[in-house]
Amino acid sequence: MKPFRFERPENAEGAVATLTASGAEHARYLGGGTNLVDLMRLGVETPDLLVDVARLGHDAVRETDGGGLRVGAAVRNSDLARDPLLRTRYPMVSQALLSGASPQLRNLATIGGNLLQRTRCAYFTDTSLDCNKRDPGSGCGALDGEHRNHAILGHSAACIATHPSDLAVALTAVGAEVLVEGAAGERHIPMPGLHRLPGDAPERDTVLDPGDLIVAIQLPPLEAARRSSYRKVRDRASFSFAVVSVAAALQCDEDGTIRDVRIALGGVAHAPWRAERAEEELRGGPATAERFAAAAAAELDQARPLEQNAFKVPLARNLIVTVLADLAGVAA
Amino acid sequence: MALHHREAAPVTQVEIDLTINGENHQLVVDTRISLLDLLRERLGLTGAKKGCDHGQCGACTVLLDGRRANACLALAVAHDGSEVTTIEGLATGDQLHPLQEAFIEHDAFQCGYCTPGQICSAAGFIDELDEAVDGPLSDDLIRERMSGNICRCGAYPNIVSAIREVASARSGAAERVGGAA
Repeated sequence: MKPFRFERPENAEGAVATLTASGAEHARYLGGGTNLVDLMRLGVETPDLLVDVARLGHDAVRETDGGGLRVGAAVRNSDLARDPLLRTRYPMVSQALLSGASPQLRNLATIGGNLLQRTRCAYFTDTSLDCNKRDPGSGCGALDGEHRNHAILGHSAACIATHPSDLAVALTAVGAEVLVEGAAGERHIPMPGLHRLPGDAPERDTVLDPGDLIVAIQLPPLEAARRSSYRKVRDRASFSFAVVSVAAALQCDEDGTIRDVRIALGGVAHAPWRAERAEEELRGGPATAERFAAAAAAELDQARPLEQNAFKVPLARNLIVTVLADLAGVAA
Repeated sequence: MALHHREAAPVTQVEIDLTINGENHQLVVDTRISLLDLLRERLGLTGAKKGCDHGQCGACTVLLDGRRANACLALAVAHDGSEVTTIEGLATGDQLHPLQEAFIEHDAFQCGYCTPGQICSAAGFIDELDEAVDGPLSDDLIRERMSGNICRCGAYPNIVSAIREVASARSGAAERVGGAA
């Protein structure tokens, strides 16, 4: 591992100033380190400077006006998952957190870091292979290589990697906002909107600029989220990244008409995928298995599977139907 | 002379303060050193094991400020001021920790390489247990929450039964306390 300096500023402004003024070619914020330290060991990340942002006091979950939640970026995954308000108001977010990694990793990992973790595409993490995300212009080794677990939506000729975060999928369904402190002050970034599709610049995972620091996540009040769930299909029963995952929330009127529905997919794209087409199809009509199937089909019509991952299309479709049917209390 | 223009090397040695198994240590460390390498290479505490060094196997699991964590991915410098408990610190004198007793009783290992991590992780698991969040104690719950600890010998059935014994004794005791209140 390359030698690096380590700084621990007092607050968010100090962290941004330390990182931007450092002149370091590669400076990184350090949260829990569960992804960054590993990438440094692999030689994928080679920072000259680490700025510790785990102890800036961004470690509280608090209620906001109207019944939302503001979650500090340094809250540990395990602590947020167990928060009683989160579990009542946004069960899919708690379930998503508990489905990710292992308990000892969740105790280290931070919420802000979770959103900024890098893809687990094997061509990205192995420095001997070609990867446009790690080494722009070198080519995508996965395109003609192993891509069974890669994207089916929104990918480009430059990159077919998927985003690995479970939390980001649930927050995308909620429509959370990311609070960012940057050189120009604080700004709010809605989700979806934080993570990018790869296009011809897959080296950029997000819309953040160098020096931008996530300080909190804001979950808006959302009645539908009280009845929500996160389902994750993976290659083994636990401690594995998603093959396909679905976060969904459903709110129906007394006569069974869908008032609000939120659906987001994981494991299918370079960013958490909000299933807007499916949501539009469903709003205002009855909550039946037939309509769930039609809406899921409409969403997956956009899919462009690769040679080895066509199975993800029916998997995603069926998972959407299963999760919505469970929430509606109807047979899939 | 060119030498005079050379910039000072960046400071990559940092002084930190750690309490390990109840004992205070003031150490000057390279910023790159993991908590695991510090424990094993500098302090001679070789109980925590290096398996994968990528956070995937759990052999390095220790209790960091009372909670289980992968020591291989924790930079020592980032945990200045923390309390660390390793397998060496779980027993009280010659009195083994209940999990250590149970692992022996249930023959919950073969080669033993993963065992310190399994036991520290199980201690964290039992401490975290909250029926409101986790539901009732079950073998499925134990398997799910111990999924960060891999055993290449496949001693899982006995690991689960050892943990079940200690965890159910703990929750039984909690129920009795609750019942009396």
